[in-house]
Amino acid sequence: MRYLPLTPEDRAEMLATIGAKTVDEFFTDVPEAARLGSTIEGLPDHQGELAVERHMSNLAAKNRSASSGPFFVGAGAYKRHVPATVDMVIQRSEFLTTYTPYQPEIAQGTLQTLFEFQTQVAAMTAMDVANASMYDGSTACAEAAIMATRVTRRKKVILSGGLHPHYAAATKMVCEAQGFEVFQLPATVDGENALADAVDDQTACVIGQSPNIFGTVTDLSKSADAAHEKGALLVSVFTEAVSLGLVTPPGEMGADIAVGEGQSIGNGLNFGGPYVGLFACTQKLVRQMPGRLCGETVDADGNRGFVLTLSTREQHIRRDKATSNICTNSGLCALAFTAHMTLLGGKGLEQLALLNHEAACDLADALEAVPGVEILTPRFFNEFAFRTPMDAEAVLAMLDEAGVVGGVRASRLFPDGHMGDVIICAATECTTPEDIAAYAAALKEII
Amino acid sequence: MRLSQKNYAIDLGLFPLGSCTMKHNPRLNEKLARLPGFADIHPLQPQATVQGALELIDELATWLKTLTGMPAVAMSPKAGAHGEFCGMMAIRQALVARGEAETRKRVLVPASAHGTNPATAVQCGFIVDEIKANARGRVDMDELKAKLEMSDDIAGIMLTNPNTCGLFETDIKEIADLIHAAGGYFYCDGANFNAIVGRVRPGDLGVDAMHINLHKTFSTPHGGGGPGSGPTVLSDALAPYAPVPFVVKDEDGVFRLVEDMEGDASESFGRMVAFHGQMGMFVRALTYMLSHGADGLKQASEDAVLNANYIQARLKSVMTPAFDGYCMHEALFSDAFTADGIETIDIAKSLIDEGYHPMTMYFPLVVHGAMLIEPTESESKAELDRFCDSLEAIARRAAQGDETMKGAPYLAPMRRLDETQAARKPVLKWTPPETSSVAAE
Repeated sequence: MRYLPLTPEDRAEMLATIGAKTVDEFFTDVPEAARLGSTIEGLPDHQGELAVERHMSNLAAKNRSASSGPFFVGAGAYKRHVPATVDMVIQRSEFLTTYTPYQPEIAQGTLQTLFEFQTQVAAMTAMDVANASMYDGSTACAEAAIMATRVTRRKKVILSGGLHPHYAAATKMVCEAQGFEVFQLPATVDGENALADAVDDQTACVIGQSPNIFGTVTDLSKSADAAHEKGALLVSVFTEAVSLGLVTPPGEMGADIAVGEGQSIGNGLNFGGPYVGLFACTQKLVRQMPGRLCGETVDADGNRGFVLTLSTREQHIRRDKATSNICTNSGLCALAFTAHMTLLGGKGLEQLALLNHEAACDLADALEAVPGVEILTPRFFNEFAFRTPMDAEAVLAMLDEAGVVGGVRASRLFPDGHMGDVIICAATECTTPEDIAAYAAALKEII
Repeated sequence: MRLSQKNYAIDLGLFPLGSCTMKHNPRLNEKLARLPGFADIHPLQPQATVQGALELIDELATWLKTLTGMPAVAMSPKAGAHGEFCGMMAIRQALVARGEAETRKRVLVPASAHGTNPATAVQCGFIVDEIKANARGRVDMDELKAKLEMSDDIAGIMLTNPNTCGLFETDIKEIADLIHAAGGYFYCDGANFNAIVGRVRPGDLGVDAMHINLHKTFSTPHGGGGPGSGPTVLSDALAPYAPVPFVVKDEDGVFRLVEDMEGDASESFGRMVAFHGQMGMFVRALTYMLSHGADGLKQASEDAVLNANYIQARLKSVMTPAFDGYCMHEALFSDAFTADGIETIDIAKSLIDEGYHPMTMYFPLVVHGAMLIEPTESESKAELDRFCDSLEAIARRAAQGDETMKGAPYLAPMRRLDETQAARKPVLKWTPPETSSVAAE
């Protein structure tokens, strides 16, 4: 059998050392009625590598990969070029097969990369401090809302109409479980600053997103000012980390907490996970943060090194009074992020962002030239919404037949939003002029 | 590369971190997770173009339901603690449906529980009530009964089984029956499911919800702190409240994602996360399950338990087992055998100099100076013997009060790090030296 090094002779010898006749003796605490005599029924027995590989490859073959043709789906996850070095680094056994760095003397590799990750996230978001990652952008958003209620001791959370609906749903669920009120503003393509009008002196935080789910880039400064005037916090969300290479970062707009999805740097699509949540805040809120933090210190010889720190916020110390229940986070995805960011550097990120923006501009020009198409997003980075004269689901199905995966229909994200004719599409550095031409040509045929 | 070489990892040797389950991570899992048909598909592309992905999720769900004997599973939780949150939210929603969400707030949690348990209960709006362990390391049944009789506000219990002392909760069925009779639900923390896969089905023990750490039991790599994956199995009583999204197979054989809270999901407690869960981990876990098969998974549990008992037997004459009798998949010792002045941390750090990662230390909290050793099934007898020889020698030094242990490790990339300084004046990011900013001006 695979992956099991004990031989029958080993087992017999070990049982003799222990003084037991069979392994059954170890399971006598199990209530008799619950002891299984034979192997569980209904599941296959062990198989060799070739058979397993064949089975899994057959499943994989039933999916259409994003690289197999023109592909324009975004809305919180982005088709990206991941440099070969990144995947090579994260497959180093010493990174891949180690645990959370509880023993810093033999985990400096992981700890230093986490420190670099925190440094990069803080710099990109223009925030004072960042943690060592959350599960993903949506759970980071929910944690930010809870943190804001803790900081302000208030119970009301206001979500913009441009917040990714999955982020909104996850945040609403978490907040309401703890007895907090959540107000969701109606979905609008360009309405982030409606937050400024909605905030009142009961509000813990307003949560705005830029670029938002429709791709609209918004200066959230006005919402920040309005929130601060009422004693509330601004939580600034992004789902596309590459946008930070071009747009004004959350810290410069007055955000108190910045959260987002880091998938688009260093990580593949993976059908939605694993991804990496980015979480940053101002210095004065650091002790209210959820999640792991890595900090600098010295060892007994005075050499510079790194440890997990401020863990009195965390569940393994503080238990029911912890800032969050999070334990395992997204360490390896954070490493991928850091490896890619290290290759890019600040300038590289800016150039990458520019490539994305240019591709999206070309796409918008090409689609707008198709009669009947109306671009809805006024200011975009690499993603925008457009209206078609037909039902969006039908359009996407016909595009699919033409070999083009044209985007996400807004009605999938907003079932009650009366947006049956709206498609949200994205371009990245992977998008070629031929892809764009194919999209425009197919769309012209359809509508 | 240089940084990676400063890490210890399971690929380099035994990693006996109790309750963390550091087992071999097969490379086949990595290879298959990188097939473009899994790694390069978007969560929101048309469902007709991802039928294989949905089928894989459904197939993994079938394995998990069959191995646990439970009727339903929520696949979207991102890690163990997130799975706990899922199960406890399902309990909360069931109480809402019964009209008792406001009156039933109390959740019983043993003192030996992982910190995530009480933290999760509070996140779901519950109040935590701690129950003590008895002298055998199990739930104190008298205290449990007294608490249940005294209160009419019980929402449920969160119990790890096998528990964090590495012991099977002997009275588990009775505990389940008592909780149910009191109108509550039984959340089982499945962090230690790896000890009993194929030998016991939690569904036969009266469990209502249990998360499964795919990164422990089913061998997806820990990655230096994640990503994990925490699918959560649910009983018939809780299944209607499962979070969205989930996969259903229609009569025509087409797989469909239920994403909105209507129809099949009208009673759902909501959405936990963007998209559909940790697909990359699903691929790895299913690959592992198919490789082992039902027979291999059972053998793996038995070998894990055998290895732990072997370590306990080999070391019990020089160290102090926390409890009498056999253990499950991990052996727990207290620091009673050490001389004054030598602590658990000194033993742990000395083990680093012997070339091993230390065991879990100071957890569970119910045992003084706890040392929790989980070898897993993927270690050979020869490796276990080497490890036991090393630890035995350290234990003897500890018993003799060898002061040099206070300075260990001596041979690691770094000496002991000053955690107090790190916390007192936190430096959480790199700041460019002052001189360079002056030069730039």
